[in-house]
Amino acid sequence: MSEGIGASVRRKEDKRFITGKGKYTDDIKQENQAYAAFVRSSHAHAIVKNIDASEAEAMDGVVAVLNGHQLTADGIGNIIAGWAITSKDGSAMNMGAWSALCTEKVRYVGDAIAIVIADTQEIARNAAETVMVEFDILPAVVSPEKTLESGSPQIHENAPNNQIYDWEIGDEAATDAGLASATHITEMEIVNNRLAPNPMEPRAAIAIYDDAEEHYTLYTTSQNPHVARLLLSAFYSVAPEHKLRVIAPDVGGGFGSKIYVYPEEIACLWASMKTGRSVKWTSDRSEAFLTDAHGRDHVTKAKMGFDANGKIVGFKVDTIANIGAYMSLFSSVTPTYLYATLLSGQYDMPAIHGNVRAVYTNTAPVDAYRGAGRPEATYLVERMMDTAALEMGVDPAELRRKNFIQSFPYQTQVIMNYDSGDFPGCMDKAQAAADIAGFAARKASSASRGKLRGIGYSSFIEACGIAPSAAVGSLGCGVGLWESAEVRVNPVGTIEILTGSHSHGQSHETTFAQLANDRFGVPIDSVQIVHGDTDKVQFGMGTYGSRSGPVGMNAIVKALDKVEAKVKKIAAHVLEASEDDIVIEAGEVKIAGTDKKMAWHEVGLAAYTAHNLPEGMEPGLKEGAFYDPINFSFPSATLICEVEVDPETGVTDIVQFTTADDFGVIINPMVVEGQVHGGLAQGIGQAMLENVVYDDSGQLLTGSYMDYAMPRADDLPSFTIEHNNVPSPSNPLGLKGCGEAGAIGAPPAVINAICNAIGNNNLSMPATPSKVWAALQEVSAQQAAE
Amino acid sequence: MYEVKYHKASSASDAANIISGSEDGKFLAGGQTLIPTMKAKLAAPSDLVDISQADGLAGISVDGSTVTIGAMTTHAEVAGNAALSACCSSITSLAGNIGDPAVRHKGTIGGSIANNDPAADYPAAMMALGATIITNNREIAAEAFFQGMFETALDDGEIITSIRFQAPEKAAYAKFPNPASRYAMVGVFAAKTSDGARVAVTGAGADGVYRQSEMEAALDGAWSADALADIHVSSDGLLSDIHGDAAYRANLVKVMAGRAVASV
Amino acid sequence: MTEISMVVNGKSVKADVPDNTLLVSFIRENLRLTGTHVGCDTSQCGACVVHVDGKAVKSCTTLAVSVQGADVTTIEGLANGDLHPMQAAFKENHGLQCGFCTPGMIMSATDMVARYDAEGKKLDEAAIRDELEGNICRCTGYHNIVKAIADGASKMTNA
Repeated sequence: MSEGIGASVRRKEDKRFITGKGKYTDDIKQENQAYAAFVRSSHAHAIVKNIDASEAEAMDGVVAVLNGHQLTADGIGNIIAGWAITSKDGSAMNMGAWSALCTEKVRYVGDAIAIVIADTQEIARNAAETVMVEFDILPAVVSPEKTLESGSPQIHENAPNNQIYDWEIGDEAATDAGLASATHITEMEIVNNRLAPNPMEPRAAIAIYDDAEEHYTLYTTSQNPHVARLLLSAFYSVAPEHKLRVIAPDVGGGFGSKIYVYPEEIACLWASMKTGRSVKWTSDRSEAFLTDAHGRDHVTKAKMGFDANGKIVGFKVDTIANIGAYMSLFSSVTPTYLYATLLSGQYDMPAIHGNVRAVYTNTAPVDAYRGAGRPEATYLVERMMDTAALEMGVDPAELRRKNFIQSFPYQTQVIMNYDSGDFPGCMDKAQAAADIAGFAARKASSASRGKLRGIGYSSFIEACGIAPSAAVGSLGCGVGLWESAEVRVNPVGTIEILTGSHSHGQSHETTFAQLANDRFGVPIDSVQIVHGDTDKVQFGMGTYGSRSGPVGMNAIVKALDKVEAKVKKIAAHVLEASEDDIVIEAGEVKIAGTDKKMAWHEVGLAAYTAHNLPEGMEPGLKEGAFYDPINFSFPSATLICEVEVDPETGVTDIVQFTTADDFGVIINPMVVEGQVHGGLAQGIGQAMLENVVYDDSGQLLTGSYMDYAMPRADDLPSFTIEHNNVPSPSNPLGLKGCGEAGAIGAPPAVINAICNAIGNNNLSMPATPSKVWAALQEVSAQQAAE
Repeated sequence: MYEVKYHKASSASDAANIISGSEDGKFLAGGQTLIPTMKAKLAAPSDLVDISQADGLAGISVDGSTVTIGAMTTHAEVAGNAALSACCSSITSLAGNIGDPAVRHKGTIGGSIANNDPAADYPAAMMALGATIITNNREIAAEAFFQGMFETALDDGEIITSIRFQAPEKAAYAKFPNPASRYAMVGVFAAKTSDGARVAVTGAGADGVYRQSEMEAALDGAWSADALADIHVSSDGLLSDIHGDAAYRANLVKVMAGRAVASV
Repeated sequence: MTEISMVVNGKSVKADVPDNTLLVSFIRENLRLTGTHVGCDTSQCGACVVHVDGKAVKSCTTLAVSVQGADVTTIEGLANGDLHPMQAAFKENHGLQCGFCTPGMIMSATDMVARYDAEGKKLDEAAIRDELEGNICRCTGYHNIVKAIADGASKMTNA
């Protein structure tokens, strides 16, 4: 069986996970290990007047209780957002100070105040409860709209009216003119609900300080250990980069929430140095709900104008993005360049204007969560499209087809230059697979059983593999967004591929090895993927934003190119042939058209013995590469959701869910489809189940799985995945990225389907049974009134 | 979890003795509610007296129409009991839908009843079946036993040893699970008993499980979902929370009652 | 402190533990069998599922002292030799991504297959989805877990 590009190879990493031998951070135990627990704010907004830790410090087994004043005195820096957004008036964003341990003020429930180090986790947690914090309670605000009102509580001194920035994109005058010319305008107010990412492995950290070497090691649940090291050294001043090793071992899911360096890692590293003990902290689920960065939370008012032929003439968007109490790493870019640049969707829109105000509230920080900005854009655009079709009395699929972009490259009005796609083709495939022709009969059958059947579309495009570095730099990004790789061929011919990408479920150990197989014909079992350790891999930008394929894999390809060139040079020299005549096939290096050849391992051996190398060639066979993309990649899809609603209870069953995706070239279809399934589950979860709710005082009401509804197996259908792939012209492999597609595309398809079923377009996420039932009562009341 | 002293009781009387000597002891049955509550530090008993293995507290007997279920019988054992299913499938199917399979392997009928969670399933069955709760001291009618959210007639140190009821002529339980916790957002147990129709509702009431007398009267007239059609369920006294308001719960009470009745 | 002894994965083990030690902590910290995971505080995620005397239980909701003398199987002890058919089915059907929920999923899966076999009931897709109420996965959307369990069930039955 082939193990190359396009083969559904079973995963190399599976054996350790299915036998319980995975090594996650909490599975690691150090000599001399102590445990950390955090004293956290129980108030959403308060002045910290006094911290009395005397009782905790006197407890048996307590090593130390450390607070923010000590942390600041030791020069530990504030946590920052890594992307500078400039307001439309030219002013810089108002970033408030975020200390890993609060000193003067707490700003959300869960804000860390002190760290307790003890001999056992239980002692640490019990001791943390005894730390008496004297608060002066301040009024709190949790709503993104209310926080902007004058008289709202002031959360950070440098952000008047709690506004971080007021940013715009597109051409407002042209958009207003387009809307003025419209024969129909669809106007909506749309809320994108707040979500808790919930990777099943809670966050954890082990900090180890070596006093003799003045060296730190951090095991952490990170999607990007090198970025963590950079932040911890260059910005938070915990340790210089060459004295800090960050290891992200097996990581149990991330979905964005493990991109960031949180207060806990900073405090553990610092506490390890202060106490001379290895310090381990493992979050429990309750702590995760309180402190892991949440996702989404937008309130948007939008107008979309159409001409008499149903063509879009203008799209105007005004969004308030709730950032929470502090600006987390990607919090500033998520609602701007990751959101508003996708407002054109799959459609030819002549004029677009987007305005985004980012605001502080007394809630947990909000940052990138699977999709990051693109689900918010997609939900908005695709709800507008279905609503417009309903209002204009046209078929929603036909309205989409009428507006689809047909030729590429296509320059949108909001920065993006789409390089490729086949939007009508995805629609065709999705409609065929979903048997649209048979829908009317299925609807009638449902009706005969007293059920309401509906269908909903979502046609989306996303931008992945965020790049090029120079471009993102010009837009305010604090780092480059390339990726690095190193390919080491050992003297025996086995291969190690070192990558700056990080796998926390994405199957890199298999799919990355497939690239080497595809190139050299070596079995994937002879290829080892090395990642997640800053001492082993020189640098990397990590895994998020569906970038491991379009960026990470292409870096490997670039390194493979260099290895291939050197292999050919060596073989040509040994076999006394021209380099151009050398071909590498099935693990052999041959002179084309002859039987003269070297086995793959013989080339490796030749490179390292260096007995017979071309004049001037260095020994060894190891090549590195940094790959900086020339453009984003643009996966797209049409999704069709079909639902059946029980009008008596409001329960919605998804009876069929179909996608037709364009991911460009696919390395491993099994893995890609697995990524789509997982994304769809999260998108459906957002649409029907999940919601983070704070009460008006800032207390979290959905702090456990008793109240935060996670998608379970019986909430979901089996999915139908179709492919309509157009290779990306913007990277050597032609990949587009698949990690976020389902989460981006699914929500509007679900809501459009339910609205279609119940005959009421006034429905917000999550469409729980109680909300759907209430929407049905509105319909009944309206019908009764008529 | 705070420190606690664990004791394994060999019998109900042994358990009663141990707990009377403890400072602030609690009985531990299957632990599926108590242990998470202790982990969250919402309960901090000084002692736990494990009665799950105590002699004579587990087992199911069906004697004619008299059903007796030992308090420490697990949900899985109730769900899987053939004799019980033959005479009262409503109770076996109810047990088979409590929690998840792993919870059903540990959780017990006695533990559930003693806890009287307002969203638990068994209290509705006990009320509708007119069950008798038997303790180490006395017998208590279900209606007198359940006294509002998490409140029961149990005295300190009193142990439920079994429950007893007469198999109904027909009965069914219809549950509408909370999307997050999967506890009953509304559960209606409807039974046609020798004393007439009895309908009990869990999950909805602000004071816990209650009987729906209007529905009982209607079903005494005719056992059919249609008989319930004209009944207006008021939302007064029903719970409202982020998962559903009282009006929605009132609707579910009616819908679930109709479904329970229609199913048998 | 109480001295407890039990058989874990076929080996007799003994330890002095505080009475409030959860079975999952005993397995992870005392025995250093770290394949059994903790994913929530409220007994819902199922990452901690092990078998006690042949039945699936949540080891995060069980006191170690309460299973004195029991026969416990964790993910590490499931297979006799290479891979248990259910483990092999999870690999074959890509029923895992990050792997964190996987041990609990597999332990629940083998338990459900055993129960359905014993009762002579058919474990179809709807039944598998229903039986997974106490196991949460955030990566796979359950699609391939359901396929894996169906495949594993037929392999277990034919084994």
